[in-house]
Amino acid sequence: MLSRTAASLYWMGRYVERAEFTARLVEATVRLDALSSRPAGEAAWASALAVIEAEAAFKATGEKLTPKNVARFLTLSNAHRGSVVSCLDLARGNAKAVRTALSRDAWATINRAWLLFNGRTSPGDTQATLTLMEQAQNETRGFEGAIGRMLRNPASWLIRLGATIERADNTARLIDVKYHILLPEGERVGGAVDRDQWTTILQTLAAVNAYRWLYREGLEAKSVAELLILRRELPRSLAASAEEVVLHLNALGKQTGFQGEADRLARLRHARLGETKIEAVIKGGLHQFVETFIEENAALDQAISKQFRFL
Amino acid sequence: MKQQPFDEIWGTGSAQSSRPEFAGLAKWLSETPRAELDRRQKSAEATFRQLGITFAVYGDEESAERIIPFDIVPRMFTRSEWDKLSAGIVQRVEALNAFLDDIYGARRILNEKTQIIPPELILANPQFRGEIVGSRPPHGIWSHICGIDLVRTGPGEFFVLEDNARTPSGVSYMLENREAMIRLCPELFRNYNVQHVDSYGDSLLQTLRSVAPAGAGSDPVCVILTPGRFNSAYYEHSFLADSLGIELVEAADLEVDDDIVWMRTITGRVRVDVIYRRIDDDYIDPLVFRPDSMLGVPGLIAAYRAGKVAIVNAPGTGIADDKAVYSYMPEIVKYYAGGEPMLPIVETWRCREPQALKYVLDNLAELVVKLVDGSGGYGMLVGPTASKKEIEDFRAALVAEPHRYIAQPTLALSTVPTLVESGVAPRHVDFRPFVLSGTNGVKVVPGGLTRVALREGSLVVNSSQGGGTKDSFVLMDEGDAV
Repeated sequence: MLSRTAASLYWMGRYVERAEFTARLVEATVRLDALSSRPAGEAAWASALAVIEAEAAFKATGEKLTPKNVARFLTLSNAHRGSVVSCLDLARGNAKAVRTALSRDAWATINRAWLLFNGRTSPGDTQATLTLMEQAQNETRGFEGAIGRMLRNPASWLIRLGATIERADNTARLIDVKYHILLPEGERVGGAVDRDQWTTILQTLAAVNAYRWLYREGLEAKSVAELLILRRELPRSLAASAEEVVLHLNALGKQTGFQGEADRLARLRHARLGETKIEAVIKGGLHQFVETFIEENAALDQAISKQFRFL
Repeated sequence: MKQQPFDEIWGTGSAQSSRPEFAGLAKWLSETPRAELDRRQKSAEATFRQLGITFAVYGDEESAERIIPFDIVPRMFTRSEWDKLSAGIVQRVEALNAFLDDIYGARRILNEKTQIIPPELILANPQFRGEIVGSRPPHGIWSHICGIDLVRTGPGEFFVLEDNARTPSGVSYMLENREAMIRLCPELFRNYNVQHVDSYGDSLLQTLRSVAPAGAGSDPVCVILTPGRFNSAYYEHSFLADSLGIELVEAADLEVDDDIVWMRTITGRVRVDVIYRRIDDDYIDPLVFRPDSMLGVPGLIAAYRAGKVAIVNAPGTGIADDKAVYSYMPEIVKYYAGGEPMLPIVETWRCREPQALKYVLDNLAELVVKLVDGSGGYGMLVGPTASKKEIEDFRAALVAEPHRYIAQPTLALSTVPTLVESGVAPRHVDFRPFVLSGTNGVKVVPGGLTRVALREGSLVVNSSQGGGTKDSFVLMDEGDAV
């Protein structure tokens, strides 16, 4: 496979995943906003920006931090590279460049997702925003389905590899959001607002029911953290992502006869997460743990680029 | 006083009666409710949109990607019409290849005492590539993929309008239009025995493999070279690479080392044997042609000259479809084929000749005048529909640089029933069949691209000028089976 093709596939995987994550983030923020009493609602939108490190970019627009403005910024802004529409645009650009490496279905789903957003200027009212985010998620799910039906060849492994690296990053950032959202004065840890915030995080990862199945003793911060970081059963957890990266790299190695630094880093990370206990994570500081994970994930991304000669 | 043009389906009669071979199609047209035709047409366009079967319009930021309008009413060829036509096409393409092999080699045709072609017309032509004189492509085949543009003016009257011997496009539409028709109008295929076009991909791959240079081994590596996703025909490039199962490469993916062409892959370099390039000569190798080009591969021509890679179509083929050379095609076909050309050309005045220029200037309002090096409907004057000012502007341009122009009469192009706002009405068409030349001979795929001018009375079918396309049925038997 051409190196250029490999890079485009990988980044296409990342951008589709990022589009879905941002759509989920908007959905969850709408919920958090609705549940909170003012002005905590606006704090929810500020924290959404914090999760994806877009506070400065939003500030640069000169717009007032209102739910509507942030929602538009996160979904439809062409100026913001992390908006859903920008991610889909970038994903489609990459897909177009490597169309031959994609199945017809995979290309059609990504094109359809792009058409859904292309030319839109306003996400509309809350109801319309939610509908749009739901549609975006439907399309990205369709894309994942189409990828699952492609030949099991290096092209499909590279797309999944990109998606998985992105997913690991997104989940880590989302866990970190609890560090960024301060509980309003007078609220206690474990209180109603705290619970809402954790529930919203679970919801962003489509993990509310999963939590109920795995934990019987009700919502607890420690358990949520464990689920999102260490439980391999949850597809979006850090441990599951770490495991998947190893598998995709393995599959690529088998088919190309090619392994290297990325494989080593991925295996190392996977093994370490397997030995980690949640008590130790909390003791060392959740924020510090997540920060280190994000840095390692970025290093792994670099190693992948180098190993497959992306540059 | 003005005679109705010949209609491919309705013949010379009125819209009520059809050519007997196609009575079934006429019946289908009259019996299928308008709303149903509309629904199917919309469905086809929605599919094209969804699959991104688009072409890019340069300088049109707003709608950078458009779909070419698709018309649901097919044009049809009877078997004997087609057999005759394809024999003429094969003869012409064989002559084109022989001509190219000759002028870049022994130049027999230029040395004839009879002066079949003025040598300076070839040797001083910008499309003649001095850089490659003396290097022969593997197996002596130059134009592997030809698109011959044809028009029709009557029952047996086909004319060649243009030979596209460089990088003809449109074959993806031939294939996608057929897919759409099978899905939307299956009853037509039940009633008519239509020859298949989907063997094109296989034939193209065979053609590419057959022209691999000596030493390429039994499984030559073939690639398609594209300028990239912003090129107007990018969809087609990716479509073809996908249908053939070969890599679609950009110049940056290739490198030449010691006259060998390599592509950069995730596991290292892979040697390339055959390049189906969709980049013009000018941009293919900055070391030989335009040095400012970012699209090309430095060293590619050296590798080609060293016989280490086949370039499809070979560099230099542009001279064969030059509009100034076109007018000599009857002589060229005769010279190499040894017999009369089966397909005539449209009467052509070469404005470089003083007498012809005088005639053209005197009759501008009746003629079509074209730039010798123009394409896609740009830089042409259609006399009968032009304004006074357009005609006068063209007159000035002609007088200033007559050698840059040719002129032809406006032909009464045939029409095909087409779904338009007011119903089903005749619209002018042309036709581009695709011809493959490999070591296994010359093949014409039974079908092609019918382009249709959607505006009433218009003769301009180019997609860049708002034309549409239709499927083209080549029947296995004489015609109507219904």
